Amino acid sequence: MAYGSHPRKEDARFIRGQGTYIDDITLPGMLHGAVLRSPLAHARIESVDTLAASAHPKVAAVFTGADLRQRGMAWMPTLFGDTQAVLATDKVVFQGQEVAFVVATDRYAARDALELIDVEYEPLPPVMDARKALDAGTSVVRDGVSWGDDPPEPPRNLRTNRIFDWSAGDAAATDAAFAAADVVVSCDMSYPRSHPAPLETCGALASFDPTTGRLTVWATSQAPHAHRVIYAGLTGIPEHKIRVVSPDLGGGFGAKVPVYPGYVCAIAASMATGRPVKWVEDRSESLMSTTFARDYHMHGEIAATSSGRILALRARVLADHGAFNAAAQPSKYPAGFFSIFTGSYDIAAAYCEVTGVHTNKAPGGVAYSCSFRITEAVYLVERLTDMLARRLSMDPASLRMQNLLRPSQFPHVSPTGWEYDSGDYPRALSMALSLAGYADLRREQAERRTRGEYMGIGISFFTEAVGAGPRAHMDIMGLGMADGADLRIHPSGKAVLSISVQTQGQGHETTFAQIVASELGLSVDDVEVVHGDTDRTPFGLGTYGSRSTPVSGAAAAVAARRVRERARLVAAALLEVSSDDLEWADGKWQVRGDPDSGVGIASLARAAHSSLELPPGVDGHLDASAVYNPPNLTFPFGAYICVSDVDVLTGEVRVRRLIAVDDCGVRINPMIVEGQIHRGLADGIGIALMQAITFDSSGNCLSGSFMDYLLPTALECPSPELGATVTPSPHHPIGAKGIGESATVGSPAAVVNSVVDALAPFGVTHADMPLTPANVWLAIQGRPAGDT
Amino acid sequence: MQVPAQVEYERARSVEQALDLLARYGPAARILAGGHSLIPMMKLRLVHPEVLIDINPITSLRYVELAGGTLRIGALARHADLLAARETGRHFTILHDAERVIADPVVRNWGTVGGSLCQADPSEDLSAAFAALKGSMIIQGRGETREVSAREFHTGPYETVVGPGEMLTEIRLPVQPGSGSAYLKVSRRAGDWPVGAAGAAVLLDNGRFADAGIGLTALGATHFVAAEAEEFLLGKSTDDDILARAGEIAAEHAHPVSDQRGPVDYKRHLARELTIRVLRAAIARARQTRAHERTQGAPP
Amino acid sequence: MKITVTVNAVDHTRDVEPRLLLIHFLRDELGLTGSHWGCDTSNCGACVVWLDETPVKSCTVLAVMADGHRVTTVEGLASGSQDSASQHGASQDGASQHGASQHGASPYGADVLDPVQEAFAECHGLQCGFCTPGMMMTARWLLDNNPAPTEAEVREAISGQVCRCTGYENIVKSILRASSRTIPGGS
Repeated sequence: MAYGSHPRKEDARFIRGQGTYIDDITLPGMLHGAVLRSPLAHARIESVDTLAASAHPKVAAVFTGADLRQRGMAWMPTLFGDTQAVLATDKVVFQGQEVAFVVATDRYAARDALELIDVEYEPLPPVMDARKALDAGTSVVRDGVSWGDDPPEPPRNLRTNRIFDWSAGDAAATDAAFAAADVVVSCDMSYPRSHPAPLETCGALASFDPTTGRLTVWATSQAPHAHRVIYAGLTGIPEHKIRVVSPDLGGGFGAKVPVYPGYVCAIAASMATGRPVKWVEDRSESLMSTTFARDYHMHGEIAATSSGRILALRARVLADHGAFNAAAQPSKYPAGFFSIFTGSYDIAAAYCEVTGVHTNKAPGGVAYSCSFRITEAVYLVERLTDMLARRLSMDPASLRMQNLLRPSQFPHVSPTGWEYDSGDYPRALSMALSLAGYADLRREQAERRTRGEYMGIGISFFTEAVGAGPRAHMDIMGLGMADGADLRIHPSGKAVLSISVQTQGQGHETTFAQIVASELGLSVDDVEVVHGDTDRTPFGLGTYGSRSTPVSGAAAAVAARRVRERARLVAAALLEVSSDDLEWADGKWQVRGDPDSGVGIASLARAAHSSLELPPGVDGHLDASAVYNPPNLTFPFGAYICVSDVDVLTGEVRVRRLIAVDDCGVRINPMIVEGQIHRGLADGIGIALMQAITFDSSGNCLSGSFMDYLLPTALECPSPELGATVTPSPHHPIGAKGIGESATVGSPAAVVNSVVDALAPFGVTHADMPLTPANVWLAIQGRPAGDT
Repeated sequence: MQVPAQVEYERARSVEQALDLLARYGPAARILAGGHSLIPMMKLRLVHPEVLIDINPITSLRYVELAGGTLRIGALARHADLLAARETGRHFTILHDAERVIADPVVRNWGTVGGSLCQADPSEDLSAAFAALKGSMIIQGRGETREVSAREFHTGPYETVVGPGEMLTEIRLPVQPGSGSAYLKVSRRAGDWPVGAAGAAVLLDNGRFADAGIGLTALGATHFVAAEAEEFLLGKSTDDDILARAGEIAAEHAHPVSDQRGPVDYKRHLARELTIRVLRAAIARARQTRAHERTQGAPP
Repeated sequence: MKITVTVNAVDHTRDVEPRLLLIHFLRDELGLTGSHWGCDTSNCGACVVWLDETPVKSCTVLAVMADGHRVTTVEGLASGSQDSASQHGASQDGASQHGASQHGASPYGADVLDPVQEAFAECHGLQCGFCTPGMMMTARWLLDNNPAPTEAEVREAISGQVCRCTGYENIVKSILRASSRTIPGGS
């Protein structure tokens, strides 16, 4: 069995400092690009004077929106069907928006030249509060007037900041359930805007060869094939002459799914100058202009009987999408998978409405390991469940246990239409409570309170829906979310697997080798994994939404099984028996009941390439391909418990313990799975306590550097205590589910629940993130987060 | 990546040479020590010096020395030097408390004490600690050297009394036998600038305050000092209600500003709470020192 | 101005602008791309290298300040590794690193790795690898000065360095694992 905590193949280069990240790549004659950005959140551009910059001795070219318009590249499609400015043509709609692009012979000169560009702006009132975006008299971010004929008419009425109204569930049934309930608890809660902030920022190196007409783009991309589609449309260069290479990525977490204007600028500049052009954003550019996450204003209501049976759930959400609708998610899901908001509970009725609006902020929304908005959904139901427990004076663990779906209820169709594939929820919660020593913690809490010490115990139970997805329902830009895998078996039996998904640290080169090795009885070292290069890999939508293992992992397994079946025919020829008489055992084909007759893939590959007369169905080698169209999503789940201590006089929170029981089905490499969970738990601490992108009322981003956008350090993150259950996915070829985002989705609610639990003696029932010392103190005073 | 604008560079190998260079270039020059405040500001293009005078080669300015009842800290001492100096920890626990929460270990390896002080950020930790300790700064000019109280060193946010053509060369702290000191900081995260912080150094005589220094940072205290609270404490007991009153007084005289770290009333509340807590910690340490002296028979 | 910096025991003389940051000197002038930059403001520690005997954040040090000094980078951690400018410079084939198997005598390559490097690989102390060089440089310094640190001391030592992948758990484990090894290169 090749599964297990195999050391990672990719580590050999990384521990030597030999990774190749975007800024490590240098080409002969390469120019360096820099982007001039808008200092204002909302303004009309009166003029752009680039003369002085162009005269700088080291500057090769300067581009404005007008220049790109001539090339038909001033606007680009977003992954959600909107149109985004590459360089502003006549109006800027968020602080940090791209206005001009300079290319120079070195990066210092490119930066210097930005200061030589003179832009005159006529300021417009910015829309900074999503809750006021639809008010009469509020200025319209995308007013259409300024768009003119360029780009082509956008797909909706532009005389409003409203992007969409969307709902799921049965409103009437939900209303009826609420009317009949003994208890209703409701709460306004905001899930603040955050940023994925991978440690490596985004960048691209474009190289256009005028002779061959070929364009090569190295870019920080979680979805190289999707990017190629966009580049082909933008440049007019056909896809077969475009190669997109995503080199080693220094983290992604959703930040590297979209195409960013800087990438397109690098391409346009390379096509214009005939030289390679590299552009890599700095940290401020990254925080201020690349994709943000969350920014959901939610009103949630939960209805229950007095004995704690949850009857119904209702939510109204205002979604702040920023200035362009650039959320990278399946096109039929404008609010992502938020409608899975009934979570892990047996709830008869549910209804949610989401309204998306434009504001004068950077575009994005779906990023940061959110599994297409399940982060927000889990937070809502887990906060409401805790509030219900408080109202009913019930223990929050007991209330959850009482309402969790039972194993016998799977597959379970939720009231909003999701078909949960498999689960044993009570077992996971029991394990978490036992690992935590829950009863003892409650005793300790009571005892401490008598001494004026405030500790909190927070529980979160989540269910995710990952592995988008069935192509009948899920596409991006009309491209169905099915991914390919090509498996080549060399004559020696060594294998090369090419996949469409792209590691950003998840260890695909190891995990996918393990999948193939396991299916074919090979050593993990005998399988090489190729990814991140559109010239060398089959088409697919890329890595995000925890879809690599559910989709591409399945494709790899299916391809390997095809190889195995082909090998069976060869084995039959070799052993001169009917293939029906063969069985696969211990990584070999053998005559039934005769282990000594076993022939492994290496021998069969040699035979398949030899002069052996092959039966029909084998062309002369064992190679196989697969495109996997998942029949359903996979539904990983877990139970998390956070123990925190709160200094109620200063407002400081210390997370003491994090207990996490995850069930992601079959674990191919438990070491890597646990590493993914570790990260997400740190995200939970960061998002709950400190990570927030904020703005002042003038539209200035107040979180434009790591001095103000705080990320947790080793001192804030306690050693996680992990537990695992394994409930295989019944429809996935190897029973695996996604794990990349579980902990980021599940843990913020546990952290917040623990802090609110600690503050219970002060009558606090809810406090909005981030729970900074000031916001905790404000909550105790009965004031909202950020109150002045 | 952000990069600084073009700048000239001069290297000073002695204080005299540094002063000559300052005289030659005038206000267009900035002294470069650890650079951990200056270089990020240059990268953000918020400051545009024409000339940098690198004083790192003046190794004679890098020291932490105890002699004749005074701790002398060279302006070029790295934060890590201060944290590593045993005598500092023995006599000035407050400095070790503070240094442990200034930035992070790698920044402390290169950032300098003098550079931090001269940057004069209103949230800087050592400024409050030195104010609490009633230290002084040695400022050298061509032909003239003057000593300025730590409490008069800062003239406002990002401004000090160091004139053009002058440089800070040394910080002096008087050793006060039997005293105790402490520093406490509330921050949003390890390594962050403080939401608020307080330092205290106290000397007790028969259970009463014979001397008290209280420094506050990020909380809008004039010259980083809670002077009114200090005055109130003199001759008073260390009872809880006295400390609470001192906290109230410190809060009343603090003028914090509202920002991302919190609103004004919260910060004022912190001024009170941190003053009380840090006084308690300093008192406990003063008592420990006394007990230690009694058992050892002599001051350490 | 002309400077000479001894990087990983090799003298390099270059004529540079005074404003050139040390991280760019290492990466762009010398082709030593193992050290990364991540934040611009000395908050993330991806750029940590040693200046003489101590780790510094090289995004906030000017190259001219290193004139006449020694710098040690991740490329200098293992012994017997080639000075790697040639390996890290131009790569026309950005994908060639994928699958470039480096297996040699040791499980992780032919050179003699520092125990810190081995421990990071063994304990899954890295995922995307971007913070790893800076983390390892600080770890080596910590263990040189405190061969048997506590977990709290390890956490404190790396508290100025951000990792977005591991939640720090396995980085801490890696450094503790390396601390138990006294013979460099041993296992």
